[in-house]
Amino acid sequence: MSAATSHTYDRLAGPRERIRIDGIAKQALDTGRVRLIAVAAAFGLCFVVLGARLVDLTLLRAGEPIAVAPAVRVAPLARGDIVDRNGLLLATNLKTASLYAHPRKVLDPHASAAAIARVLPEIDLADLQTKLASDRGFVWIKRNLTPREQDAVNRLGLPGVGFMDEPRRIYPQGRLAAHVLGYTGVDNHGLSGIEKGFDETLMEGAGKPVQLSIDVRVQHALWEELQAAMVLHRAIGAAGVVMDVQSGELLAVVSLPDFDPNQINEATADQLFNRATLGVYEMGSTFKAFTVAAALEYRTADLDRVFDASEPIKVSRYTIKDDHAKNRWLSVPEIFMYSSNIGAAKMALEVGGTRQRDFLRRLGFLSKAPLEVPEVGQPMWPQPWRDINTMTVGFGHGIAVSPVQIAAAFSPLVNGGLMVSPTLRKRNPAVDPPAERVLSSETSEKLRRLMRLVVEKGTGSRGAANGWLVGGKTGTAEKAVNGVYKRNALLSSFVSSFPMTDPRYVVIAILDEPKGIKETHNFATGGWTAAPVTGRVIARIAPVLAVDPVNEKSDEVQRSMTVSARRGRN
Amino acid sequence: MIGVGRTDRSAFGDWWWTVDRWLLVVLLLLIAAGAILVMAASPAVADRLGLDSFHFVRRQLIFLVPGLAVVFVTSLLPPILIRRLAVIGLLVTMLMLVATLFFGHDVKGARRWLSLGGLLLQPSEFAKPLLAVVCAWLLAQRAQHENFPSFTIVAMVAAVVIGLVVIQPDVGMAMVIAAVTFTQMFLAGLPLILVAGLALAGASAAVGAYALFPHVASRIDRFLDPSRGDTFQVDTSINAFSHGGLFGTGPGEGVLKTVLPDAHADFIFAVAGEEFGLLPSLGLIVLFAVLLLRGFARLFRESEMFNLLAAAGILSQLGLQAVINMGVNMSLLPAKGMTLPFISYGGSSMLALAFGMGIVLALTRQRAGGYRPPVHRPLAPLARDGASA
Repeated sequence: MSAATSHTYDRLAGPRERIRIDGIAKQALDTGRVRLIAVAAAFGLCFVVLGARLVDLTLLRAGEPIAVAPAVRVAPLARGDIVDRNGLLLATNLKTASLYAHPRKVLDPHASAAAIARVLPEIDLADLQTKLASDRGFVWIKRNLTPREQDAVNRLGLPGVGFMDEPRRIYPQGRLAAHVLGYTGVDNHGLSGIEKGFDETLMEGAGKPVQLSIDVRVQHALWEELQAAMVLHRAIGAAGVVMDVQSGELLAVVSLPDFDPNQINEATADQLFNRATLGVYEMGSTFKAFTVAAALEYRTADLDRVFDASEPIKVSRYTIKDDHAKNRWLSVPEIFMYSSNIGAAKMALEVGGTRQRDFLRRLGFLSKAPLEVPEVGQPMWPQPWRDINTMTVGFGHGIAVSPVQIAAAFSPLVNGGLMVSPTLRKRNPAVDPPAERVLSSETSEKLRRLMRLVVEKGTGSRGAANGWLVGGKTGTAEKAVNGVYKRNALLSSFVSSFPMTDPRYVVIAILDEPKGIKETHNFATGGWTAAPVTGRVIARIAPVLAVDPVNEKSDEVQRSMTVSARRGRN
Repeated sequence: MIGVGRTDRSAFGDWWWTVDRWLLVVLLLLIAAGAILVMAASPAVADRLGLDSFHFVRRQLIFLVPGLAVVFVTSLLPPILIRRLAVIGLLVTMLMLVATLFFGHDVKGARRWLSLGGLLLQPSEFAKPLLAVVCAWLLAQRAQHENFPSFTIVAMVAAVVIGLVVIQPDVGMAMVIAAVTFTQMFLAGLPLILVAGLALAGASAAVGAYALFPHVASRIDRFLDPSRGDTFQVDTSINAFSHGGLFGTGPGEGVLKTVLPDAHADFIFAVAGEEFGLLPSLGLIVLFAVLLLRGFARLFRESEMFNLLAAAGILSQLGLQAVINMGVNMSLLPAKGMTLPFISYGGSSMLALAFGMGIVLALTRQRAGGYRPPVHRPLAPLARDGASA
């Protein structure tokens, strides 16, 4: 404390004495004072900077919208549009008002609830009264009001209720393409279909719409014809696909029964199920096209080979027999035309299980279709793949695939042998789509003739569309219910392509459990129920798609479609 | 003003005429502003938490009375008593800091609070002024004893306290303590080469904190590149100022406090900006500036090293917190949980700050051998005295 006491004498003592007593302390104090100025100056500078920033923020930027406005990021107002391949609007947003209440600010919960329920009759009065009488800070009363409803509520002049702008997803085409588009939830996020598959892109905003490969005109034709056939044959469901065989673009994808995405709450699980992409089915005879393709490609058979189809094949406890049995030897075109199970099974056995499996893998049957929607079915195939499986797969049983997969795998059969992957996005026409050669063009050429034969003289004659040179293959599969094939529950299908001289599109129609009617002589097979659908669809869409009509009777066309197949022996 | 005559030699009279009334007035204005702003900002937060609207207001006002009492009582204490109190207090606080590690209340991943008889205390808040006083005492010893290793001892004591605060973890507070201790050592005459060295060490410690603590790293990343993450609080805060503009939206009319989680604490300055506009907010900055610079000016005339260092340390702590908090609010600095002294909601913080300012007031009182008021005497007699000597 010597220093402290010495200070008492500071002003009394002489300078020399002072220096002697606390020279060190004085020096330290002087240093401290100088440095104190430095610290004070530093703080002073800080405060000047703070003040300047405050003026900058409050005056110079007042009212200026901030670059990253949090409110906008929390609830993006503009979800991107979805348009069809021609730019037609399929999904967009509508700004609507949603009604909410601050229950604590509502003066008379019961009277207010009653008043609101009067103008919004669909609201449950008791529920609303409980909500308004509660001690919560915020409750929704009704989302997405119409302008008229909003006006009616405004006219009530109730305190404690208000509107919040909420975007609502609107699908102008209604149920058309509902399964492709999918739908969104209240938070405006996609929950299925393209809405979910491209949720991230769509949430980025309304800048650039997502353009689909779907053509609304084609979609509509397919939807209408399938709907009519489903009603006519009292089927429980239907599915259809139209695909561009060169690019893999899906122009139409229909699944029935369908739903209205504008009123998603009313949709049942069966309506929401996408039969065209998520459902996998044993397609039956349609698969014979792939068996013949494999046999031709691996050269185990040519068009003039004959197979003994005079009697059913018995393998252990299974019997393979023909529906339209001819009980004689059949040539390959005859097997295809009359849809002989026996012939197809024998043909498949010659190809062999390993090669058959490899061939089907290259056609994309052993993996999920690479589609842009989340609803993609996992195909099912035999494990292990024994000879009996090779035979049943040869005529389309024991393997279940989705209709979109069938469409995709049909392309190489008719387009010269190139496998293209199916897509729901519009491709850039200037860029060649990625394609893999799975067949020689000769095999494809032969298959085109065979398919034309089916429509001209075989089971698919009702699939014809005059002038468009349709070719195709029927399929009628008994549905397996609990492991037992049911005779009266059929999956009837027709896979067709047109025009067979230079196929442009694959058109598939599938009816789930159609019933035979008088006009079809009580037949419910693919040739009687599904083939007329594709025939009518082709007749409607071919002109729209600017496909040149073909004079089916001209010598040139007749020659190019000739099948040099002799009749098999008896 | 107050009926106390200059000749009144009672304890209060003596205090009134010797205390720095400028500092006192500024301090009281700050506390009043704090009460008003907590009233403006906290009801929205309380509502969101499902508490009674005036929950925070009431609690803050409850702390106001003891706070003012602490300021007054502490400012009455003589320096020697303050020193002794601080040494004992620091030891107790360090024990409490250790105790928080074991019995502390876990809030948002950090153990900073200790429950004492139903009262939640944050020992680190009290550690700040106490450590500043103890360091000042140790550093002042250099002036008396030439070979006393002040800097080494101070560095070690501070390191222990900082270490205890860092493992809570409360990196922001540790940084403030380190900066304050550094400032005190600087004022005490630390050789400039060591000043530069310590500044470098401080910078590397900051880099270390960035590398070691993920939440520190994420905050700095977001500050440097706002697009990299959620800058919700800071964006909202800046919006609040722009929304307020020159005149503000009016008390209670602000909207951004309804979305900002820490509107009543770390982001109360933004509420001031939105609801009261430019001038009152600028006034707040000026109040802090006056408090600090007036305090420093007073210390410039201080002839007792301990008083100078202790008061400067506490003022620096206050100033640093104010600058950091307002800097964060206006996005000049990366987001850091730091309260605005006397303004933000917080009981521990209020009491500890009151204690600290009480010490500053006590140490800046006019006393023989301590603060020397500017002398306005005729120069002639002095000159004659000097000539005769």
